[in-house]
Amino acid sequence: MAKVVSQDVKKYFGEVRALDGVSIEIEDGAFVVLLGPSGCGKTTFMRCISGLEELTDGKIYFDDKEVSRLQPKDRNVAMVFQSYAVWPHMKVRENIAYPLKLKKFSKEEIEQKVKWAADLLNISELLSRYPSQLSGGQRQRVAVARAIVHRPEVLLMDEPLSNLDALLRVKMRSELKKLHEQLKVTTIYVTHDQVEAMTMGDKIAVMNSGRIIQYGTPEEIYKKPATAFVAGFIGSPQMNFFKCDVVEENGQQYAKFEHVRFKIPSRINNRSVIVGIRPENVSLEPPKGSDSITLEATVYFIERLMPETILHLDVGNAKSRITAKLPDDLVLPEGKKIEVFVSTESLHFFDAETEERIL
Amino acid sequence: MKIIYPLLFILIACFFLGPMFLAFVASITPASEFYDYSHIFPSRLTLEHINKLLFTLGGFRALIVSIEVALISIGISFALGIPAGYAIARYTFRGKDGVKLAMLFTRSLPLIVVAVSLVTVYMRLNLTDTALGVALAHAAMILPFVVIFTSSIFSSTFIEYEEAGMVFGLTRFGAFLRISLPLALPGLAASAIYGFIMSWNETFAASILSIQNRTLPAHILATAMASPDYFKYAMATVMAIPALIFIFIIRKYLISIWGISLK
Ligand SMILES: Nc1ncnc2c1ncn2[C@@H]1O[C@H](COP(=O)(O)OP(=O)(O)OP(=O)(O)O)[C@@H](O)[C@H]1O
Ligand SMILES: [Mg+2]
Repeated sequence: MAKVVSQDVKKYFGEVRALDGVSIEIEDGAFVVLLGPSGCGKTTFMRCISGLEELTDGKIYFDDKEVSRLQPKDRNVAMVFQSYAVWPHMKVRENIAYPLKLKKFSKEEIEQKVKWAADLLNISELLSRYPSQLSGGQRQRVAVARAIVHRPEVLLMDEPLSNLDALLRVKMRSELKKLHEQLKVTTIYVTHDQVEAMTMGDKIAVMNSGRIIQYGTPEEIYKKPATAFVAGFIGSPQMNFFKCDVVEENGQQYAKFEHVRFKIPSRINNRSVIVGIRPENVSLEPPKGSDSITLEATVYFIERLMPETILHLDVGNAKSRITAKLPDDLVLPEGKKIEVFVSTESLHFFDAETEERIL
Repeated sequence: MKIIYPLLFILIACFFLGPMFLAFVASITPASEFYDYSHIFPSRLTLEHINKLLFTLGGFRALIVSIEVALISIGISFALGIPAGYAIARYTFRGKDGVKLAMLFTRSLPLIVVAVSLVTVYMRLNLTDTALGVALAHAAMILPFVVIFTSSIFSSTFIEYEEAGMVFGLTRFGAFLRISLPLALPGLAASAIYGFIMSWNETFAASILSIQNRTLPAHILATAMASPDYFKYAMATVMAIPALIFIFIIRKYLISIWGISLK
């Protein structure tokens, strides 16, 4: 178990800047989820931590030991690959035992540890099979068993659930999380599924174009997204954005979008801002006990998810469409004019240029 | 459909095995009945021709030389060709395409051309008339094939298997040795068979590079013209059987390993 520190890690593939200065400090024993769109460098970062990829620049530490230049085998990491990479020419038992064999454990110890790992992952009956005789889910368990059997300092998982069907994915999600609670091994988990990220991560690191944009608890990421990118990436349906000019009337600043004015709670110096509204913060009734703004909208399309309803609404005269997520089942005719309400507290403000959070 | 497939199968099998079978029968037909066309199958069978060919006419010694040459040439071409194929599959380096092209080009060079110039080199090196000498020439013939074949095997085995090996405690070389090589086994077995047959059947270079220690085909070529026909058939049998045995031994790596049955 170790703290993992990455200092300004860079990895270039020729012209491609896969990692462009990644700095993060991962607490000992934490379960950290790396989340980001395809091609943002998640896999590359994992490979840098494991040592499969040489760094172009920067440093990586496990606790106080620098590991940046060490071979993978000298780092005491384990990895669950997206394809599992369970060796097809070894039986399940040999697959799990192999890391121990390479670390020169005695025969008895190997046997005992393999049994421990196999019991933990519920694959004891599969030990004398070849990987080709397993289902995808079973193979995934073998890959996890192999990864934890020698009690690594750092466990890396690259989209381990993406090849499983939806039902199994939900089940494995909780199992992996339980496993982590038992083992307390520092875990870095890559996914681009935000539900996985939200439910599994003690902390989430959101990546984009080779950088970590925000590192925080799921709650922080959801409630206080550091940039408009993070805000748009987390949450489903996506946050609604309005590009607004800042105007001032009677000493009060407003973000103005066509005829809609969003009251800005405290003084800012930006000339234009992006206002973000989460679909789940839009309601049909004015919220009680807090300030709210009213939007006049036309129903464009309605999705009944049972019991929730997602409304696609046209606001204002321009072609700006927003989504609203309502907790109940609801039927509204398309084309109907309605009023929706958003509490002032739930507004997010980002700078229009840098897209960084202001309020 | 149920009838057509077996029928088709039998037809094809007959087409390939028929001549072999007839040659085999001819090789164990007594000399007295050989030219008697009144019946196809002889009244009795004899190992006389094969015996004579092997033990009186030096066939056995040539057979041993042939096996030696085949094994040495496979050994050499594997020792050099597997790492080369691996490098081509896994690394990008300057001139990689050139190397691959050159490899194919050597295949278009008839071995006999090489063999003639080899004789003079071998005389200086004292390699004429040795199994090693012929094996070197055969290795030159097999090597490009092994490189191209293994490179395609290695590029089709997941690199992640090796990377998993490295993460779990192997060096880069260890991962090659313990993971990739065993995974390439079926492909390597196929190359071994192909290499064996190339060497086993190669006649010209073997004839030029050796005089006393001839390989079987070279020996047969040198003696066949002067022999009666039933000896020629006996030669065919003697040529075919070791190759069949070799393929039979290697076969198990081809068709069934690791619970995957590729029947
Ligand atoms: N070996 C390589 N050679 C060249 N470019 C590479 C290599 N590996 C990755 N890249 C590039 O680096 C960038 C980051 O890739 P990476 O695989 O880390 O993305 P990712 O976040 O894991 O994406 P995904 O979610 O699709 O798996 C991509 O632009 C990719 O094309
Ligand atoms: Mg990836």
